[in-house]
Amino acid sequence: MPKMVIETCSVEWLQILDEDGICDEELRPPLSNEEIKKLFESMVLARTFDEKAFKLQREGRLGTYASIYGQEAAQVGSAFALRPADWMFPAFREPGASFVRGLPIHMILQYWAGDERGSQIPEGLNDFPITIPVATQIPIAVGVALAAKVKGDPIAVMAYMGDGATSKGDFHEGLNFAGVFSAPVVFVCQNNQWAISVPLKRQTAAKTLAQKAFAYGFPGIRVDGNDVFAVYRAASEALNRAKAGKGPTLIECLTYRLGDHTTADDASRYRSREEVEQWKTKDPIRRLKKYMEKRNLWSEAYDQAVRSNAKEKVERAVRVEESLPPPDPRDIFGFTFEELTAELKEQMENFLKVDGKERSESKDVLYG
Amino acid sequence: MAKLTMVEAINLALRQEMEKDPRVLLLGEDVGRNGGVFRVTQGLLDTFGETRVMDTPLSESAIVGVAIGMAVYGLRPVAEIQFEGFVYAAMEQLADHAGRIRTRSRGRYHCPLVVRLPYGGGIRAPEHHSDSNEAYFVHTPGIKVVVPSTPYESKGLFVAALRDPDPVIFMEPKKIYRSLREEVPEEEYLIPLGESRIVLEGTDITLITWGAMLQPTLQAAMLMEKSGTSAEVLDLRTLSPLDTESMIESVKKTHRAVVVHEAPATCGVGAEIVARINEKALVHLEAPVERVTGFDTVMPLPKLEKYYLPSAERVVDAVNRVISF
Ligand SMILES: Cc1ncc(C[n+]2csc(CCOP(=O)(O)OP(=O)(O)O)c2C)c(N)n1
Ligand SMILES: [Mg+2]
Repeated sequence: MPKMVIETCSVEWLQILDEDGICDEELRPPLSNEEIKKLFESMVLARTFDEKAFKLQREGRLGTYASIYGQEAAQVGSAFALRPADWMFPAFREPGASFVRGLPIHMILQYWAGDERGSQIPEGLNDFPITIPVATQIPIAVGVALAAKVKGDPIAVMAYMGDGATSKGDFHEGLNFAGVFSAPVVFVCQNNQWAISVPLKRQTAAKTLAQKAFAYGFPGIRVDGNDVFAVYRAASEALNRAKAGKGPTLIECLTYRLGDHTTADDASRYRSREEVEQWKTKDPIRRLKKYMEKRNLWSEAYDQAVRSNAKEKVERAVRVEESLPPPDPRDIFGFTFEELTAELKEQMENFLKVDGKERSESKDVLYG
Repeated sequence: MAKLTMVEAINLALRQEMEKDPRVLLLGEDVGRNGGVFRVTQGLLDTFGETRVMDTPLSESAIVGVAIGMAVYGLRPVAEIQFEGFVYAAMEQLADHAGRIRTRSRGRYHCPLVVRLPYGGGIRAPEHHSDSNEAYFVHTPGIKVVVPSTPYESKGLFVAALRDPDPVIFMEPKKIYRSLREEVPEEEYLIPLGESRIVLEGTDITLITWGAMLQPTLQAAMLMEKSGTSAEVLDLRTLSPLDTESMIESVKKTHRAVVVHEAPATCGVGAEIVARINEKALVHLEAPVERVTGFDTVMPLPKLEKYYLPSAERVVDAVNRVISF
């Protein structure tokens, strides 16, 4: 037979908890009541933080900030499946995952307030700092995964990215490498369907992002990214696979960016209010709440307590961030290399002599 | 005459050139419906449609590579890279193809391409959004590099860049995008690439700069004027090719020079300028030429960026050393 099908691929869709909180108990991951509550509380914390960060920016107390509104389940559900020894690579829209990992809340504020110290990940936490250049964290995550494999460490790496990131060479190159060397890495793509103003259909002509994995020789799955059970289940299975030496997985979390791209953006310029409103009905927190209510895990009093606790944590983080002394201008130089070079030392000394103090802002002028 | 910002002036230049020349088209991230994150391409999608204003996938390497192909085929693409920090994925296309295709093909192909590249600090932008990375491109043979300093300048230089037969990186100082308004003619005018301008005439020292650094340099010149030092301020406009002749002429008159740029000192364009002055005007110098630049460090995040960017005070300090040498 000269012509025949030699390969086909199919893409699975996984939803466990639907928009009304109805759960497929057979597929529900084996989570204890305490763990389910933890998922809920983590999502509430993520949203509480998000609302506060947005307000701070509007009040001039924070720089540009990228909202996670609507994407809480994709972040919390995936990070929840990690063990402390695993490594995590965020893109720039994953505070929800970072908090699950244990990153102090004030550090995310610090970062977006323009303070490098927000990227100084505490010892013992195996997370990379936020990565702004889209998709560039992906090959690095693969490198960490391969290093762990070389060393024989029983860990896996989780790397986050957006849908826009799948258009970059680094995505292709990183996933291809991971496939070739069977790296213990899980790629979590938060497909929120927008890359600033560019809709998903301008990123790919393919039907799903998950199917890209097949071309690299490993599985890809699309999950309901607003369903924390589905995300958690897919992430756990992928991490287990990775740790069992079976290689990488791509998890496409289908979700939606309910807010503007960042505080510097105005999404009403390029997408309809109806689309946003329609996605609000798929709220990840509300559907878990509905489920918990049925299971008697949720009550008004519990909800109040969770929300005030989250608020308290976030307010405390704001106080910490805002009471930190400003960074020392010498820090501009101090981390370039392990030791200051002669040239850098001279530049720093001259700087401190002339200009190491606050300066008056002058107005730009035309001249000539 | 309308007083425009640089954003508006470049927008006007794009609109007029697209009206005149059907070969001109735009491609980049968010340049269409959103009008660009800085609104430089605002309204152009509505006028010219999706074929000529292309919102692309998030793919810097392909944005530039595709634009090279279009240019070689006879179009006049204007590719936008959203911020200078994201151009590196496209560096291979720029260095290995855009800058070489004329040479490699012995003139059979050439690449009339403009890459718009917002650059520089001072707007409290997030990480990787504030670098001044012109030296990479200046160091790349076959690529021209243009950096306007005011709205008027940006329109005339942009039109010249677009009509140039070779690839041009058009670096737009974000700090100046909206900070200045200036009368910008509707009528067509071109500012030839490779010609600098004297912004301020003076006799005692030549201050050489470009882009956003023209501002602290002018402020320094005004401070110096009060203390009786007359500075000549040269805005280079084009970094590749460099207007060596005008620099040398000015230095021969003032006998002293300071170069001001935002990028790190080491192998910055200032180093090339000092070398040329030394090669061509050493005997006319009364003092070594100094550079006031960013540091050889990573560009800091907003809380420290004001310390990194050259200030009028640092320029004056350097001038004092050069004058009293
Ligand atoms: C390489 C690169 N190009 C451009 C940008 C500017 N930019 C920041 S976020 C973004 C869109 C990213 O979309 P996506 O990957 O879907 O992530 P999302 O913002 O939706 O979380 C763009 C174009 C960037 N940060 N990095
Ligand atoms: Mg997206």
